[in-house]
Amino acid sequence: MQHTIIALVEDKPGVLNRIVSLFRRRNYNIKSLAVGPCETPGVSRLTIVTDENDSIRQNLVCNNLLKLINVIEVEDVTNVPTVIRENVLIKLQVNAANREELKNIARERNARIVDEGERSMILEVTEGVGKIQATIDILRPYGILEIVRSGKIAITRGDNGSEIKNGVVGKGTDSSRATEQVNNYLY
Amino acid sequence: MGKENKEMTGAEIFWECLIREGVEVVFGYPGGYTLPIYDALTRYQDKVRHVLTRHEQGATHMADGFARASGKVGVAMATSGPGATNMITGLATAMMDSSPIVCVTGQVPTSVIGTDAFQETDITGATLPVTKHSYLVSDIRDLASSIREAFFIARTGRPGPVLIDIPKDIQNAKTEFVYPTNPIILPGYHPPRRATGEQVSKALELINEAKRPVILAGHGVLISGTSNQVRELAEKGNIPVATTLLGIGSIPDQHPLNLGMMGMHGKAQANHAVQNADLLIACGMRFDDRVIGKVSTYSPKSKKIHIDIDAVELNKNIKVDLAINADLAVVLRQIIPGVKARKHAYWTRKIKEWEKDADRRDILNKKTDVLIGAQVINKIWEGTKGKAVVVSDVGQNQMIEAQYYGHDEPHTHITSGGLGTMGFSLPAAIGTSFAVKDREIWVVVGDGGIQMTISELATAVQENANIKIAIINNGYLGMVRQWQQLFYNARYVETPIYSPDFVKVAEAYRMPGYRVDKVEDIIPTMRKAQAHQGPVLIEFVVEKHDTVYPMVPAGEPLHEMVRRPHAQSDAKDN
Ligand SMILES: Cc1ncc(C[n+]2csc(CCOP(=O)(O)OP(=O)(O)O)c2C)c(N)n1
Ligand SMILES: [Mg+2]
Repeated sequence: MQHTIIALVEDKPGVLNRIVSLFRRRNYNIKSLAVGPCETPGVSRLTIVTDENDSIRQNLVCNNLLKLINVIEVEDVTNVPTVIRENVLIKLQVNAANREELKNIARERNARIVDEGERSMILEVTEGVGKIQATIDILRPYGILEIVRSGKIAITRGDNGSEIKNGVVGKGTDSSRATEQVNNYLY
Repeated sequence: MGKENKEMTGAEIFWECLIREGVEVVFGYPGGYTLPIYDALTRYQDKVRHVLTRHEQGATHMADGFARASGKVGVAMATSGPGATNMITGLATAMMDSSPIVCVTGQVPTSVIGTDAFQETDITGATLPVTKHSYLVSDIRDLASSIREAFFIARTGRPGPVLIDIPKDIQNAKTEFVYPTNPIILPGYHPPRRATGEQVSKALELINEAKRPVILAGHGVLISGTSNQVRELAEKGNIPVATTLLGIGSIPDQHPLNLGMMGMHGKAQANHAVQNADLLIACGMRFDDRVIGKVSTYSPKSKKIHIDIDAVELNKNIKVDLAINADLAVVLRQIIPGVKARKHAYWTRKIKEWEKDADRRDILNKKTDVLIGAQVINKIWEGTKGKAVVVSDVGQNQMIEAQYYGHDEPHTHITSGGLGTMGFSLPAAIGTSFAVKDREIWVVVGDGGIQMTISELATAVQENANIKIAIINNGYLGMVRQWQQLFYNARYVETPIYSPDFVKVAEAYRMPGYRVDKVEDIIPTMRKAQAHQGPVLIEFVVEKHDTVYPMVPAGEPLHEMVRRPHAQSDAKDN
């Protein structure tokens, strides 16, 4: 099962290396990883999607992350209400015969056309708005030239700011909180 | 204050910071990229002693031994490149055994980092998995705070090694030195402290209801300084205590509630007690595979409480019923008042039975013409009244030491447990000699292990380290030979090992050396060694094919120990 983890880390050289090294060393698999600045200066926010079936091991992933000195907060949000997004850019082969057909597909699939050339077209699909994998499957027969995906980013729903309190890990795995599976369409 | 705000070089700031951390001795080896630090040392030699080692690995083990014996942070230094990579074994050893050391490496100047400059190694990258944390100082203004944080991180929480990599230009750069006095704030580092009230009452419920409880005492007991509290818990609830290899010393050897060491070469009674217990109270230990044997059959009837400061250890190897992520010292204070006095009559009797069975197979009683390792250790125990700090190496010598030297106090048994680093003992004992002045220090080491770091004999002589080195010479890489004997049909491949004449080696290093091959010579030779202030080497020529029993073969159930065949011990069956 895939798990989504949010981590807040100090924005210092080598921190990402420490995190990736940890996953390799403990033999955990990273499905996707997205990093960027967040609301607090000097702090980066990561969304990590892991592929870990064993719930005990999954909890250890979080604890291991939190053990890194530069990691400030960690939460497994797999089972809490979240908004999750992922962007993909798809460059397609286009010709005069199928251009209109592809535009129709784009409209149906909630994909934006972000660039159009003589013989190509770039579509942008956002997971959560459209569905990435289904869209790719539909487009594949037309000739896909390139695909790039951003990795998933996640934010918990509700009125609070970062719900993550220091040192509390894996809150999301607490079943009492897992009432609303808003993000289950992703999996 | 006025003196503090003076312009200083990075090299001077380095020493100023070390002195403020209370460092009195550092173990190191110089090179091109630590030259400025060494040059600045000339101005600090009245406050800090630098011990020149013969290898950077030796320096790390010395810092480690110093740290384990003193509870303070040990410091080792090396130059960039090969000096730094030579430290990796020592860092890994300290990491596995939660030993607080700070290793300082020189680095090529920041302007050429990343260009494969002469003697450039990405040491912070290379040591990532074997350090608790590390710093590559890229700005002189970060130097003082990095050093301060490094010491803080090394000694707090679950202790461990921290590396500081300092490029040469940072050592030469100048800045106004203002020692930070504000509290250290690391937003991502908050070692836990207390157990919750709920956890305390659950623990008490389990402890007070148990009929066959056992306390498992690990290295965390020594590190947190809770051996007295553990003993109080044991005595109050009449709960026997089994220790891990690194937990030895957390309860006096002859204490009626001490079961001894558990695990692969643990005492039979300790392993049986663990397997038959209805409650395990694991304190500062990590259920290492050498301690648990086969996971699926481990202590099947017990509820388990696990107290550890490192959340990652909880539910890692063994799933427990109550995991408490907190400081053992605080938790024990929270729990002990609620523990009820108990008799556990059945349990006490059962343990006595297992104990008797173990005695019958004791090699100590065997009459032979050849020395037996166990007898040597037993005599060393006798000749030191059980009061020495013994630093053991790795292999059969280490296990026999753990089995036959009864340690009564914490921090008197030092060994590389988690990594099992051969060659650890000699340098670690040299480091220990800078921390321990009021006790004898003995090294117990194999003929294989001593040859891994034998060059540090020069360091021992140079520093006149008051250590007595007992080489248990069985002509083999004995522990590997034992596995070949038991699991590979006695095909002894590459385990017989050639050694030099150790007495002549001692002589060459200008230290006293003796060879002993008779039991009656052990104590008189020890007396000669003890009379000499400084390092002494004694080679004990022992039985080549002795085997360490009991032994739980790797991955087998803990109670299925291979026991010493009756034929090998002269003891009568009662
Ligand atoms: C650095 C290192 N290399 C290899 C080993 C594997 N090993 C474990 S015990 C052992 C034999 C040790 O021989 P010796 O030092 O003579 O001790 P003995 O077992 O004979 O007492 C070996 C090779 C190790 N633990 N450490
Ligand atoms: Mg040997």
